[in-house]
Amino acid sequence: MAKIGLKNLRHSYSANPSQPSDYALKEIDLDWSDGGAYALLGPSGCGKSTLLNIISGLLVPSEGRILFNDVDVTLLPPAQRNIAQVFQFPVIYDTMTVYDNLAFPLRNRGVDEPHVDKRVREIAAMLELDGELKRKAAGLPPDSKQKISMGRGLVRDDVNVIMFDEPLTVIDPHLKWKLRSKLKELHHKVHATMIYVTHDQTEALTFADQVVVMQDGEIVQIGSPVELFETPAHTFVGHFIGSPGMNVVPCEIRDGAAFVQNMHIATANSASGIGRTELGVRPEFVTLSDAGLPVQVVKIADVGRHRVVETRAGDVRINVLVPEGEPVSVGPSHLAFDPSQSRIYQDGWLAGSRQ
Amino acid sequence: MTLELRNVTKRVGVDMHIHKTDLTLADSGFNVLLGATNAGKTSLIKLMAGLEQPTTGEIWMNGKNVTGISPQKRNISLVHQFFVNYPNMNVFENIASPLRVAGVKSSEITRRVNEAAEILRLGPMLKRKPSELSGGQQQRTALARAIVKESELVLLDEPLANLDYKLREELRDQLPALFAGRGAIVVYATSEPTEALLLGGHTATIYKGRVTQFGETTATYRMPQDLNTAEVFSDPPINTAVVLKQGKDFVLNEQVKWRGTGEANALADGQYTVGIRPHFVTPNAVAAGETSITGVVQITELSGSESVAHFGIGGGQNWVALSNGVQPYQIGTEHTFWIDTSRCLYFTPDGRVAA
Amino acid sequence: MKTENRRAWLFVLPVVLLVAFNALVPLMTVVNYSVQETFGNNFFLWHGLGWFQDVLSSERFHAALGRQFLFTFTILIIEIPLGVAIALCMPKSGFWVPVCLVTMALPLLIPWNVVGAMWNIFTLPDIGLMGYGLNRIGIDYDMTQSPFAAWSTVILMDVWHWTSLVVLLAYAGLISIPDAYYQAAKIDGAKGWAVFRYIQLPKMKQVLTIAILLRFMDSFMIYTEPFVLTGGGPGNSTTLLSIDLVKTALGQFDLGPAAATSLIYFLITLLVSWVFYTLMTKDDAK
Repeated sequence: MAKIGLKNLRHSYSANPSQPSDYALKEIDLDWSDGGAYALLGPSGCGKSTLLNIISGLLVPSEGRILFNDVDVTLLPPAQRNIAQVFQFPVIYDTMTVYDNLAFPLRNRGVDEPHVDKRVREIAAMLELDGELKRKAAGLPPDSKQKISMGRGLVRDDVNVIMFDEPLTVIDPHLKWKLRSKLKELHHKVHATMIYVTHDQTEALTFADQVVVMQDGEIVQIGSPVELFETPAHTFVGHFIGSPGMNVVPCEIRDGAAFVQNMHIATANSASGIGRTELGVRPEFVTLSDAGLPVQVVKIADVGRHRVVETRAGDVRINVLVPEGEPVSVGPSHLAFDPSQSRIYQDGWLAGSRQ
Repeated sequence: MTLELRNVTKRVGVDMHIHKTDLTLADSGFNVLLGATNAGKTSLIKLMAGLEQPTTGEIWMNGKNVTGISPQKRNISLVHQFFVNYPNMNVFENIASPLRVAGVKSSEITRRVNEAAEILRLGPMLKRKPSELSGGQQQRTALARAIVKESELVLLDEPLANLDYKLREELRDQLPALFAGRGAIVVYATSEPTEALLLGGHTATIYKGRVTQFGETTATYRMPQDLNTAEVFSDPPINTAVVLKQGKDFVLNEQVKWRGTGEANALADGQYTVGIRPHFVTPNAVAAGETSITGVVQITELSGSESVAHFGIGGGQNWVALSNGVQPYQIGTEHTFWIDTSRCLYFTPDGRVAA
Repeated sequence: MKTENRRAWLFVLPVVLLVAFNALVPLMTVVNYSVQETFGNNFFLWHGLGWFQDVLSSERFHAALGRQFLFTFTILIIEIPLGVAIALCMPKSGFWVPVCLVTMALPLLIPWNVVGAMWNIFTLPDIGLMGYGLNRIGIDYDMTQSPFAAWSTVILMDVWHWTSLVVLLAYAGLISIPDAYYQAAKIDGAKGWAVFRYIQLPKMKQVLTIAILLRFMDSFMIYTEPFVLTGGGPGNSTTLLSIDLVKTALGQFDLGPAAATSLIYFLITLLVSWVFYTLMTKDDAK
């Protein structure tokens, strides 16, 4: 259990960084409370793994400090930070049995055998590995190996933070949900602070209470899954979360209201009109109707429970989700936007919000 | 142009990797091979490419028997899951490689490579080596190499599986347009039903080395001929349970029974397996007269705008409910769900569809 | 399908014929000699298994075989751990990597008889650096007098010559271990020896198998370096099996016993290699 503080963190992989693009992490200032479940969500190369490695101590940041429970741990090596990390690829000690693998971190710290045995069996039961304790770890399938990696992190009593770096990468798709929910269950039982790095929104939104969305080394928004979905603070968040992502349509501002191709669209917020202005609205909140913005329905993809309909207003693409059963056909039509879910963005950021 | 597999099987040692398969693929739209990992998709692709020989049966392309012919002689392209590019050549040379091998004129090569690079937005990257590119760019290079060859058969083996999910969405969007109008037969292997639905065309569902059904994608989805097809073509997994038909009613257990509708009424009394897709099991009744089913919620998941709940229906079985919006499910508490029984599929005990 | 395979065989045919001519024919000649008694001038008398019996019961053969096993065993015990230890010390990246690799490769590039000659001169008690130095500091060192000095020098020479091979193979095995394993070990609190025992050694298993097998076979058949260094002396204290064999064949011109010894030598090498290999790879086969 630990409160984690990141103060003025910046990191560059090159020796003499001179411009912003040399920095993998640009400016991170963050406080995380005890026992929470957090996700770092973002596309490849956004800096989330770098941030994770800095927190775990595998990487020393170029600038800034890290505090665990208000103690500066920036220069402490991983073994002294009481953290555990689960990597993308299962890391197990091939020559040992499952039991010995789980016992390894405790034995290294000189814990006595009866206690080791108790903890190993406890964790094995939690992860449903108790039937395999005597087997050689090398012969197991990837999802069991990944569970062993997780187990090694959980078996220590003194763990402050457990970090997961895209742990479901090698897992079979139809087994992923099992492990996802296992992680959530673990969090309830163990009450440790858990940080989960991923590029998959389902994993992030399922697992975390608070999601940190990152892009290009910066934090774009922090919020609960619901907040991120309903009120994205940045067009990137709207685009990244949700499949398909939020529609971002260039618009003009006249007297604070949005106009798309000279048609007024009612929105939940108003804007001053400075900078690049865009209208953001999720496909779930756009409907085909007889009146509204004129568009051409170009493509209909049937995904079973709904249809993803691609429409074009001029050369701007707008996606609409049409529920099963409603008629839709290629050709001219109109779009209606739900005002409470349509927002104006200026230079990417939600208009009217703090930058 | 057509690709036919006649009576093809593949045996490796004592295992039948591919059971007797007869398949005819055309060049209109994508031909999707949908199946779980190790179901046999890659085996089928290798057989189609000529990288492996079938144990029995023949492969015919455009009315010619190509069974013994090596891949180099068949006019094909193959894109792997794992971005296979020549590490020592830059992007331009990578894309040009099949043309150089074919002895195409230099000026022609330049023209076609630039064209392909343009389509896949690789223009600025032409002088770079694969190691300097991101995953998405590397895979786009592999795709460019596939289209520049203008082959008759393009095989894509889960090409987007190693990219982060947003990038996967974007590339998947572009793929159909990329191959449209080239007159080539495109075969796309994937393990995600949603991808199959979004790509359209035709789909062959593969279960443990057998092609269980092949047809127009939406039709295969909506009207599975057997339980295996329904299960393969469903994400989240389709809910199944054993029901008894007694008179006009279908009985699942003491609390849950309903009157059959439509064709289901005509079924004889007896035992059936009912299959109902998760989005027809909702936390709120959508129409009047729906049947309810109550269970303890075990796992919840959140994906953008959709919530998923796994709940127990008794006898150790779990069902999955999928609904829009964020639902306040509490793990461990009972919740009532409503089934749209008009959407139930019924299967005979040996797996064939009844109604 | 069939056409491809057949064409491939045609390509291989010339090489097969060449190898057959250069290897099988001499082998058959040796077999021929081993079961005949010859008096020169192509005059042969069938001797059956007589030579084999003689050789297998001869004290001289046993002594040479014993020396051979001792030699191989000693150098394996020294070279393998030493090679691994040096590989562990080599940097994984940066400027020094090619420097280290080239330095390690140098001993392997020297022709074997030159190696023998080098060490011969190096250890001469009057003008050799090592020979003179040792005698100066009071150690009585003379290869031509003391069997112990001769043995030590032969072993030292082999270690100097061939440890690099083990180093290079072990190094290749080490750098292929992904970083994640080391990171996990750091987090698990494992240090030094534990990291070696549980991560590095298991991951190096395959390369080490190859290294041990190669060193075993080469050292078991070694001829040039020890012969140039000591000539098999003093007396016959460093007469290894191959040296003894050459003495029999070319020195004494006893072709029958020499041929028999050759075959026995060949079979022993094959057998021990096979046992070694099976033992080391039995886990993988599971």
